[in-house]
Amino acid sequence: MRDQRTREMLDQDIRRWVDKYSRERSALIAILHNVHRKYSQVSAHAMEEIADYLGIHPVEVYGVATFYSFYNAEPKGKKIIRLCRTISCDMQGKRDLVYALEHRFGIRFGETTRDGKWTLEYTSCMGWCDQGPALFVNSKPYTSVTTERLDAILAE
Amino acid sequence: MGNLSNFESSRIPSSHLQQQIDATGKADVEIAINGKKLTVPYGTSILNATRLVGVKIPTLCSHDDLCVVGVCRLCLVEVEGQKTLQAACAYPITASINIRTHTTKVRKARRHVLDLMLRNHYGECYACRRNHKCQLQDRAKEHGVDFFRFGHIKEKRFEEDLSSYAVVRDPDKCVLCYRCVRTCIDMQEVGVLEFINRGFETQVSTFMNKPLAEVICVNCGQCINRCPTGALRANDPSDKVWRAIEDPEKHVIMQTAPAPRACIGEEFGLEAGHSLTRELNTAIRMIGFDQVFDTNFAADLTIMEESAELLTRLKDALVEGKDIPLPMITSCSPGWVKFCEHFYPDQLDHLSTCKSPQQMFGALLKTYYAEKSGINPANIVTVALMPCSAKKFECNRPEMQDSGHKDVDYGLTTREMAQMIKECGIHLPDLDREDFDHPLGLGSGAGLIFGATGGVMEAAIRTAYEIVTGREVPFEGLNVTPVRGMEGIREASILIENPVEEWKFLAGVELKVAIAHGTANAKKIMELVKAGKADYHFIEIMACPGGCLGGGGAPIPTNDEIRRKRAEALYKEDASLEVRKSHENAEIDQIYEEFLGEPLGERSHRLLHTHYTPRGKRIGD
Amino acid sequence: MTERKGPILFRPYTAFSGMRKAFEMGNAKVLATVKDAGLRGRGGAGFPTAMKWKFALDDISKDHQDYSKDRFIICNADEGEPGTFKDRVLLEEQLGLLLEGMLIAGYTIRASTGIIFLRGEYNYMWDQIKGTILRWRAEGMLGENLDGKGFDFDIHIRMGAGAYVCGEETALIESMEGYRGEPRNRPPFPVNAGFNKRPTVVNNVETLCQLPHILNEGADWFKKIGTEESTGSKLLSISGDCSKPGVYEVPFGVTIQAVLELAGAVGIKAVQVGGASGICLSAHEFDRTICFEDVPTGGSIIIFNTTRNMREVLVNFLGFFMEESCGQCTPCRYGTECLLDGILQLSRGECSDEYLSELLDLSDSMAIASKCGLGQSVANPFRSIIERFRGEIYHG
Repeated sequence: MRDQRTREMLDQDIRRWVDKYSRERSALIAILHNVHRKYSQVSAHAMEEIADYLGIHPVEVYGVATFYSFYNAEPKGKKIIRLCRTISCDMQGKRDLVYALEHRFGIRFGETTRDGKWTLEYTSCMGWCDQGPALFVNSKPYTSVTTERLDAILAE
Repeated sequence: MGNLSNFESSRIPSSHLQQQIDATGKADVEIAINGKKLTVPYGTSILNATRLVGVKIPTLCSHDDLCVVGVCRLCLVEVEGQKTLQAACAYPITASINIRTHTTKVRKARRHVLDLMLRNHYGECYACRRNHKCQLQDRAKEHGVDFFRFGHIKEKRFEEDLSSYAVVRDPDKCVLCYRCVRTCIDMQEVGVLEFINRGFETQVSTFMNKPLAEVICVNCGQCINRCPTGALRANDPSDKVWRAIEDPEKHVIMQTAPAPRACIGEEFGLEAGHSLTRELNTAIRMIGFDQVFDTNFAADLTIMEESAELLTRLKDALVEGKDIPLPMITSCSPGWVKFCEHFYPDQLDHLSTCKSPQQMFGALLKTYYAEKSGINPANIVTVALMPCSAKKFECNRPEMQDSGHKDVDYGLTTREMAQMIKECGIHLPDLDREDFDHPLGLGSGAGLIFGATGGVMEAAIRTAYEIVTGREVPFEGLNVTPVRGMEGIREASILIENPVEEWKFLAGVELKVAIAHGTANAKKIMELVKAGKADYHFIEIMACPGGCLGGGGAPIPTNDEIRRKRAEALYKEDASLEVRKSHENAEIDQIYEEFLGEPLGERSHRLLHTHYTPRGKRIGD
Repeated sequence: MTERKGPILFRPYTAFSGMRKAFEMGNAKVLATVKDAGLRGRGGAGFPTAMKWKFALDDISKDHQDYSKDRFIICNADEGEPGTFKDRVLLEEQLGLLLEGMLIAGYTIRASTGIIFLRGEYNYMWDQIKGTILRWRAEGMLGENLDGKGFDFDIHIRMGAGAYVCGEETALIESMEGYRGEPRNRPPFPVNAGFNKRPTVVNNVETLCQLPHILNEGADWFKKIGTEESTGSKLLSISGDCSKPGVYEVPFGVTIQAVLELAGAVGIKAVQVGGASGICLSAHEFDRTICFEDVPTGGSIIIFNTTRNMREVLVNFLGFFMEESCGQCTPCRYGTECLLDGILQLSRGECSDEYLSELLDLSDSMAIASKCGLGQSVANPFRSIIERFRGEIYHG
């Protein structure tokens, strides 16, 4: 029942975004971006819907979605923590954060908590090397993160 | 006529796969290859230019049928003044350049590329279906690879996908050359295979990584024909065929389609275009099959049924004024049928209800033949030699059991047949020639040319025209040349004059037909049909380029030239035959008299016709 | 906000003055000035900006006759090079300068559309950038007939989605067209067949930001800063072992040693110049200079003190490439993994010194065999780190 309603909402949203950005293939990234931001996942159904509007094959959407780091074709946590794995962040105490985060959620990097709330991932350079270690919670960046500050950041 | 201009703009391949050099009005360019000077047209690729001086640069991702990608990086050459090496396939010559094709730098880089491929290419050559037919192996041999410089993976990274009756994927052998992707998306426009993920994790996969049996694969097998390695192959049932042959209880019958006889010689080292029809009969008997029949017989039967169906539809539409779906479209190509079920589920009533010749034959073998020869149909095993991978799926369709048994038990590809023959130590071209068995072994030339694009149309025209007018088709030597050729979509029309009494209503009607081969071309025609803009009466569609002779079960390699030669072989053999019209096949008369009654009769309807399943494109979560 | 000082980008500036100057000069003169100034691309490769523009401007083949409607100026704001964050600072603090630079570039090559390709990581800046564009439109700084002679120009934003390789201009264009970010074969070049097959100029954020200043102050003034072949200034993103990491504007030709002093770095054994795709320098080379003639860089400077293990640095970089390679061409897709695996084997003592030579050879091949700059540059850190710190690769 609830799935049905979510799907209808998703269909409507996609339609809206397609109307907004165009039915050209060049609108694909923008549409995926919106789907992902709202639903934190690009489901198979969403990809088929988008493919139909853009006149391309669903597998092409899948190919694109799996290419870019910020889209998930598989369900992930409501909140995704992406920790910068660049050497500069390494040198500023990333290791402690890895330990703290894994310990806190009881999962490894690359995994999602069983309640579907949190996913831990690495990401490539975030562009905050002067204020490392840096991490994203969804798309919001946090810099100079310390284990002490984690609680406050995660509580947001 | 349908709007021809719609056909001209073929789908633009994914942008990066396209070479866009505008050569209009540009003068030829003088270049030097290994010091040798020559002049080439502006925009010629280095790869093509080097062929002019007798150098065949090693390639892997490049394929004559497909657009350029330049990803394998084997065809590297040195272009003077450039810091990096250039991929010869992807470099259009637009200025006077000096090219060196085998400097130490070049050879070392190519060797490294190969070393890297071999490091990640799982498996051993002798345990691979493509042993001796593998371009990676060829390249390794040419470059004298005699050890794994960077090691060799010992464990499988991926699981083999054995889900499909037609196509098996073994991603561990994939070198990511993009050929199957270009085939599936650009050439066939089916859209099953694509690159997914990124970096070292990049692989070729399906939508949501699903097994092939669960996606919209139409089983055409064109990806197999273009795969340079053993990463794609047909699902081979020959073990089961062997078991049936060994089983004394079983009466094993082979039917051979037209295309394999024109291609199988290539598997034994012959040039394309040598038919080995009767040598093949001998080999099949030597292997131990009990009977060998000619699928051309069933092709003739298809023509009888399909012509009758077409004329009935025309009559219903033109005389009775009924709302009958026209144009009628052929249904012999199982790849095309499944394509239509997925992409045009609301247009299925355009498809002729006729089963393909393979399936008609199967149904008759387990009824008519069983009865006539007094063999329990439960003990009959029917095997079909086909140039096709989709036939493997077709014979496993649940609706294909009208005889009360599985009408066709196994579909063997030309390649698999050749394998069985070789396993027996038989060199096919050396064999004596033997005839087919009878009464199901006589096929007309019309049935034979089913193997080439336009062949079904030509066969149908030869028969239908004569039924309607009482005269032979007005083409020299019965060769309906306007429907022949290799253009993706062809059209023709025949004016019906002075028809016989029964078909008087067709007087003055211009019978319009179209032919499409390759599913991308099918799509173009179907868009017209769907929009109600296709004013043809009859359309022939084949899923594979060139028709069956370019099928997913045909020998590898394939390209336009090879396909043309195979077609020539079929047309040549047709011209040499005495019976060249389906309705003049005496064994066809016999079976209608003894068993079927008349075309579209009750028994025909039950055994020779079928229905389709609207499948749609969606796979869902 | 940090008080920044610098010879060009961080000097005081009157908004819209560069753009007005451009309209006064006319596009031929703008092109000549930029050429005379010797401005080169700040993304790292250093291609002469005026030359790139000229190619696009000259592309009047039959498809592209309709000037302006069908050519594009793209701002490459997809800085993904590890250790680089100078574009983030420019976008946050000098957005007006950037928009004006795009406008000048568009005016010169007769493009009517500018697109900012913003990396997914900088998504948080979207509102700010979009807001500024809207304000400019409202104020008539973007839109139709900006110069009173019919020059139309507007700017849009396109988002990246987390792919380093999209910093490569053809991959960036692929991404904008809705494809996997796989670099294209060249030729054709973007200046002839770029976005939507149209003449397209892709310029770095920093390059574009230089333009208003160049027009205002003149080519001669600009040429006085920097070196003969590398005129003007360079933004450096400094991180690692130093007390004052951050973005600094320095004239080209500055020594590594001077940079280290600027950032308050002492006890340094190595500096990685140019990020993961750049080269590693050791202490005896700190007199080398940052410029296209000597050590070119897109701006990333990562500093390592004597406590750092350079194998870990190399392993980090190789892991980065293995993940960020687009995966289409063989040398890059398999090569990076092979190099990484080799280094790990060496560190475990599972293979010999000879194998390391094989790996160095392989990296050389990757440098000339890969399809795009990503694969081609893997050899830079690989060879430079191994040559300087071979001992650390084996143990420690």
